[in-house]
Amino acid sequence: MLYYGTRLFVQDSLEGGYVMAESLLKAVDIYKSFVGVQALKKVNFEIKPGEIHCLAGENGSGKSTLIKIISGVYSPDDGHMEFDGKSYSKITPIEAIKNGIQVIYQDFSVFPNLTVMENLAFNSELADRRHLVNWKRMREIAEEAVAKIDFKVDLDALVGNLTVAEKQMIAISRALMFNTKLIIMDEPTTALTKKEVRNLFNIILKLKERGIAILFVSHKLNEVFEISENFTILRSGELVATGSTSELDAKKFSYFMTGRDFQQRHFVPVNLSENPIFEARGVGMGGRFTDVSFAVHRGEILGITGLLDSGRTELALSIFGIKPIETGQFLVDGNPVRISSPQVAIGNNIGYVPEDRLSEGLFLSQSIADNIVISEIDRLVKSAGILDKKKRSAEIDKWVNELAIATPDPNNACQTLSGGNQQRIVLAKWLACNLDVLVLNGPTVGVDIGSKHDIHGILQQLAKEGLGLIIISDDLPEVLENCSRVLVMKAGRIVADMNAGETDEKTILSYML
Amino acid sequence: MEMKTQTLLKKLSRRNEPYIFLVLLALCLLIEVRSGQFFSSNNLVDIASALIVPGLFAIGAFMVIVSGGIDVSFPALASLSVYATTKYLLDTNYQGGVWVAIVIALAIGAVLGAFNGLFIGYFKLPALIVTLGSSSVFKGIMQGALNSKQLTTIPVGMREWGTSSLFIAKNPVSGLTSRMPVASLAFVIVLALVFLMLRYTMFGRGIYAIGGSEASAHRAGFGVVKTKFIMYIMVGMIASLAGVIRVCMMQQAHPTNMLGMEMNIIAGVVLGGTAITGGRGTLLGCMLGTLLIVIVENSLILLGVPTSWKSVFTGALIIIGTGVSAYQVIRMNSTRKIKAKIQEVV
Repeated sequence: MLYYGTRLFVQDSLEGGYVMAESLLKAVDIYKSFVGVQALKKVNFEIKPGEIHCLAGENGSGKSTLIKIISGVYSPDDGHMEFDGKSYSKITPIEAIKNGIQVIYQDFSVFPNLTVMENLAFNSELADRRHLVNWKRMREIAEEAVAKIDFKVDLDALVGNLTVAEKQMIAISRALMFNTKLIIMDEPTTALTKKEVRNLFNIILKLKERGIAILFVSHKLNEVFEISENFTILRSGELVATGSTSELDAKKFSYFMTGRDFQQRHFVPVNLSENPIFEARGVGMGGRFTDVSFAVHRGEILGITGLLDSGRTELALSIFGIKPIETGQFLVDGNPVRISSPQVAIGNNIGYVPEDRLSEGLFLSQSIADNIVISEIDRLVKSAGILDKKKRSAEIDKWVNELAIATPDPNNACQTLSGGNQQRIVLAKWLACNLDVLVLNGPTVGVDIGSKHDIHGILQQLAKEGLGLIIISDDLPEVLENCSRVLVMKAGRIVADMNAGETDEKTILSYML
Repeated sequence: MEMKTQTLLKKLSRRNEPYIFLVLLALCLLIEVRSGQFFSSNNLVDIASALIVPGLFAIGAFMVIVSGGIDVSFPALASLSVYATTKYLLDTNYQGGVWVAIVIALAIGAVLGAFNGLFIGYFKLPALIVTLGSSSVFKGIMQGALNSKQLTTIPVGMREWGTSSLFIAKNPVSGLTSRMPVASLAFVIVLALVFLMLRYTMFGRGIYAIGGSEASAHRAGFGVVKTKFIMYIMVGMIASLAGVIRVCMMQQAHPTNMLGMEMNIIAGVVLGGTAITGGRGTLLGCMLGTLLIVIVENSLILLGVPTSWKSVFTGALIIIGTGVSAYQVIRMNSTRKIKAKIQEVV
């Protein structure tokens, strides 16, 4: 059944030979509010045994609140639930586990300092209210747990030494020890490589065969399409759409997620400057990249793409002087400049938005306001070197408004913001410096669809205003949509230089691989 | 078979205990070569008896650090409970055995430990701040309310227990003798009990689990708050026992001479491979680290190093020891990162 708004689409629900039984979990008209904020408004949710269901929504849409209500962490203000034929209005976490509901959190709830065996056995030992440790029994429990999903692992290894995927397998096998009927996975693919994601999906399909329902929280479009049979999308605490994934396409998905219709606006540069504002001539650095040449004009967005080890990130770091080049030269506005440090780069009006903005681009525990003004702080002082508070707050207001940073108070810490808003602050910080060239490494990694679209809009606007932009990204749709020119790097060299309008993903991929 | 020995060696090389054991051995041999006195029976007994009090303190500090906390209040806590006990027994002119003193001190220790546990466990305040504060409070009570000054005589039961010995070792060359105090039994018993508790009870594993990840421990079903609360009570009792033993062995109650021991004790625990961030460490390593500090403090004089240089040596040991374990962590992380990179490319 596809349901959105008040219209109903009826659809045959026989999937993969599994005859849909009565629903396993049904949540009806769930309401929940936190001090004045309505987190969930009349939300309905249903999942059947053996169903793979994707719950999607942007940050703050209420999806984690819904999960917490299902697993008993929160109790709803109104509404009721049915699980496995039993009806109730609220449930405690312990009862939820006893009923067969298991949540696998993003951090997998493991103990990095303890062995695989203990990580696997603790939960059931505690559930049995044991006070003494029997190491032999713990080993038996652990062996039984890993056998359930054919997971091969050294039971005596420390969990902290395992890969992310292995930790996840531990969380899954641990969850299966409780006669589990429903497993909720919170963004399970975030830190996995492509191969590990494949592996995870295979396991999910095996669980489905056993009749275990999987609720999969994700906002990654391709995953939603690949693995889930049904989906539910929340926005601002309300149910927007639910139904069969086969009825969904990329356009509808982003519309449901954001409530906005996105036009694919292909970037067309206007007002290109005659001479390049930034140029690289045969630059190279320590075998990471060699003989790289390109030019960026004002008003242009240059895309540089390539695989993880292609040297793209190192090139970006060199432009900003973090890892200075060893051969060749950079020219800023036609003049050769030796960019030996980030200070020199900033002095030449070059800015850099790093790949991992959380560790490299922001002071997360500091206020939004301070993060915005940090790189122009020298210009906000009175004669005696004292901070000019008026100037400072004027700058802050300006950028918060201009970039539509969603915060009740710019004095809040940066870490209170969502990924998209944090990325805007990194941008604001640089724009405050009157740049000529801005280098962005993976500008929308970990940012939700709506913010991603907004950030793209900002970048295109900046180019129109005369900035030269370099976007380094392996998100090919992003590169194609926003860049006027695309360079493809492979093994440290530029292997293709194309106009974005005259190429497609397939062509770029063929150069990348 | 060869494979097995290799993996065993590899596993051992990742742990701190073998390194600290080798350093300990090297130091002992060096002292022996220079003085010929280290492995004499009386010196060994001297070191063993010097280990009792720091060893007990270290057991408590170890538990706290493994749980992810830190305790700097145990010397003040021990001083207060033993001082109050001694003073009370003197005032009432108590003539019986040491047991009453131990029971009273343990009870006071439990209350003071509960004070720490209340703030750290139930109010979820940072352990360092709480114990810094409580350490001042304990000192204040001792000096203010109890008007503390040195008690040169102690009750007869405590005095007798402090001088009674299991055996006496005599150096055949110099004729010097050293006693092994009966109190060493208390240390061995506490050590054994804590070892068993940490290894064979869910409470003990809970301490490790909380140190590894408090959120995970909570979700797994450990009573995080309760575990911490009870643990700080235990630590308070162990510290108070150490205080009683110290007073009995010294035959006088000095209100301030235990204060300041916390840093060397914590250093010994960390030196023994206990992660200061919590979750990792063994009681064996903790004891080796403490022993190393005790030997440096007691036996450098046999090397001909003046006592005024003692703290320089202790400091150097701490920097080198913690440096080695920090280096190991960096090395392990970098190999892990490379592994992850390789997977990403494949």
